[in-house]
Amino acid sequence: MSERKLTGAQLLLRALRDQGVDVIFGYPGGAVLPIYDAIFGQNAIRHILVRHEQAAVHAAEGYARSTGRVGVVLVTSGPGSTNAVTGLTDALMDSIPVVCITGQVPTHLIGNDAFQECDTTGITRPCTKHNYLVKDVNAVARTVHEAFYVARSGRPGPVVIDMPKDVQFAEGDYVSPEDVVHRTYKPQTHPHKDAVAAAVEVIAHAKKPIFYTGGGVINAGPGACRLLRELVRLSGYPCTSTLMGLGAFPAGDPHFLGMVGMHGTYESNLAMYNCDVMVNIGARFDDRVTGKLSEFSPNSVKVHVDIDPSSINKNVRVDHAIIGDAGITMAEMLEAWKMRGYQPDREALAAWWAEINAWRARDCLRFHQDMAPDAVIKPQYAIKRLAELTAEHKDVYITTEVGQHQMWAAQFIPFSEPHRWMTSGGLGTMGYGLPAAMGVQIAHPDALVIDVAGESSIMMNIQELSTIAQYRLPVKVFITNNQWMGMVRQWQELLHGERYSESYMESLPDFVKLAESFGATGLRATKVSEVDDTIREMMSIEGPVIVDMHVDRKENCFPMIPGGAAHYDMILGPDDRGEQRTSEEGMVLV
Amino acid sequence: MTPQDQPIERHTISVLVDNEPGVLARVIGLFSGRGYNIESLTVAEVDIERRRSRITLVTSGTRMIVEQIKAQLARLVPIHKVSDLTDQGPAVERELALVKVTTDSNRDNRIESLRIADIFRARVVDSTVNSFTFEVTGSSGKLDAFIGLMRPLGLSDIARTGVAAMARGHKGLLQLD
Ligand SMILES: Cc1ncc(C[n+]2csc(CCOP(=O)(O)OP(=O)(O)O)c2C)c(N)n1
Ligand SMILES: [Mg+2]
Repeated sequence: MSERKLTGAQLLLRALRDQGVDVIFGYPGGAVLPIYDAIFGQNAIRHILVRHEQAAVHAAEGYARSTGRVGVVLVTSGPGSTNAVTGLTDALMDSIPVVCITGQVPTHLIGNDAFQECDTTGITRPCTKHNYLVKDVNAVARTVHEAFYVARSGRPGPVVIDMPKDVQFAEGDYVSPEDVVHRTYKPQTHPHKDAVAAAVEVIAHAKKPIFYTGGGVINAGPGACRLLRELVRLSGYPCTSTLMGLGAFPAGDPHFLGMVGMHGTYESNLAMYNCDVMVNIGARFDDRVTGKLSEFSPNSVKVHVDIDPSSINKNVRVDHAIIGDAGITMAEMLEAWKMRGYQPDREALAAWWAEINAWRARDCLRFHQDMAPDAVIKPQYAIKRLAELTAEHKDVYITTEVGQHQMWAAQFIPFSEPHRWMTSGGLGTMGYGLPAAMGVQIAHPDALVIDVAGESSIMMNIQELSTIAQYRLPVKVFITNNQWMGMVRQWQELLHGERYSESYMESLPDFVKLAESFGATGLRATKVSEVDDTIREMMSIEGPVIVDMHVDRKENCFPMIPGGAAHYDMILGPDDRGEQRTSEEGMVLV
Repeated sequence: MTPQDQPIERHTISVLVDNEPGVLARVIGLFSGRGYNIESLTVAEVDIERRRSRITLVTSGTRMIVEQIKAQLARLVPIHKVSDLTDQGPAVERELALVKVTTDSNRDNRIESLRIADIFRARVVDSTVNSFTFEVTGSSGKLDAFIGLMRPLGLSDIARTGVAAMARGHKGLLQLD
């Protein structure tokens, strides 16, 4: 079986290749030099040199989320791995498959506070799905195969492989992926038939049903997204989505109620509150979605489909738990539905839709844009026009930073396919969007990749403009520049007595000149008449572009369910905040 | 009833794990990171050939929390089996303690401590002219009672192993996979 001996570094690369890896996002250093040597001597895997290790992980996340494959990262020991921690945590929270290889000091120095030593497995244990310290060169290949298996199976997540330098030099034997079977980790993907049958019976008899879908559907693949469409079409039930799930169900479909949660639509949140059967597929009852737990959808029978048993009954007690892959489960639900010949209760459903349509008529995302040529640009308008003008382009991917612009992007950009929307949901990491966009662009060189950004967030990984320049990535950065940490400012306005402590962004760079200094194009728009032309120009430029959209500085993002409030207790707009609704209990929630 | 109002339950959970570096840290980190209680935790390798360890832990929380704990444990990658002995019906739970009583030259205390030890079927494993060290096994409650009785007699040291536990009946955790 074993052929010529390979070094640990070569074994690593061979294993990566056999896992189908074509690109690594990384940054070199002393403890990974043997691996960089091995990279130098091969052509199968491309290495993308980022400018900060956090960005390497976000880029790998962007790559993974836009392709459904595992993203790969390579960083050095000590500061290299500590810099990667934010990205790893982000990937863990959003269930993104990433394998991150970290260099480590030689085995005999571990524990001695050696130069650039840190306890990588200790530090990353709580922020990875699993991690390994490889001390034996003969375990390198097996560990890599296991790591990929763990990263992409079940509920996906990041896996770290810490490789001491001496192991990278040592010689050992290769094992193929087929020869590696995991001993313990075997997540359940096929649901129990009885659980499915019982749930489908409840679903079919619902009078006020709602599908509440999340990132799990996207992680289950395009097939799962098609099944969701079929399920909604067959039943005629309304469907809402979490931030993470956008695109699994087409936003343009009349059954879609828009996003649910803190900045979700009025109709989604009220439908969640008032429904009699809630069908959660691949979402996790996150606090951004549930609001006040004790008043969360008080009268519904709840069905929860999740591949991760620990998501069941974690925050919200459910009546029908189904452990399984979202796609496989929906296929079985459809089968059970058809086999039993269920017919939805048309009459009840018509009444339910009438109720929903009345909520819809409130037009909760309405905003007022003054169209006088010199008028100030509303950020919603800028993002809405971005969506409309890029709609003709067949291949658009959107990433975001974190803040108001992120929520407006979620509200105003309609996604009709999965894998097109990359945003930091669970961790809410400012600085995510630009490197994620790089990763997306690497995976889809001809696509239009846009990072919808805030001027504060973009500063958090701005160094990646250099990576973008080096690889000539035509990423477009669309900054809604309000000169504030807008989301922080909004909370301070609404919840902290308008005390704007440290949320103003002073001394910002001239983004146009900044772009130019990295060989990109900078564009600026300051009044409403310039919006369309600027977006068109951005699209017409082949290389990277930074658009600096100066928008209304005081605009707030609505609707909003303040922390700790219930779904019916939504602030719809600037004129709708007469009462001070946020309880003290709510204030302590973030 | 909201989840917070549920009664607190005490559960003994056995976990069969691959005995690899860091596995105990993963379990303990899970408890500290998510704010769960650990009342007692014991660990030792039980299957040398297959390198498997058994962790027995006693924890408490509402029903929902206990279910969470088991689900969170089960999804740790090196874990083979999580078994809730409290839920699964009768189980044998044993703990061992070493208890030192320093009586100085108080004869009455010496005699009394031996008498109590006899009742609890504790063994003297070390003695000096002014002290005894007892070894006692039993349920944690029995150990608590023994220690309580020894306190006024000059209790000077305690070492407890934590709970080892096993389901009654013919089924074994090691066979189950
Ligand atoms: C790394 C990090 N630090 C702090 C925060 C807290 N935070 C959330 S939104 C926000 C402001 C974002 O400002 P900007 O990027 O300008 O977006 P805007 O809200 O103005 O659209 C901050 C500071 C965060 N999410 N991430
Ligand atoms: Mg801003």
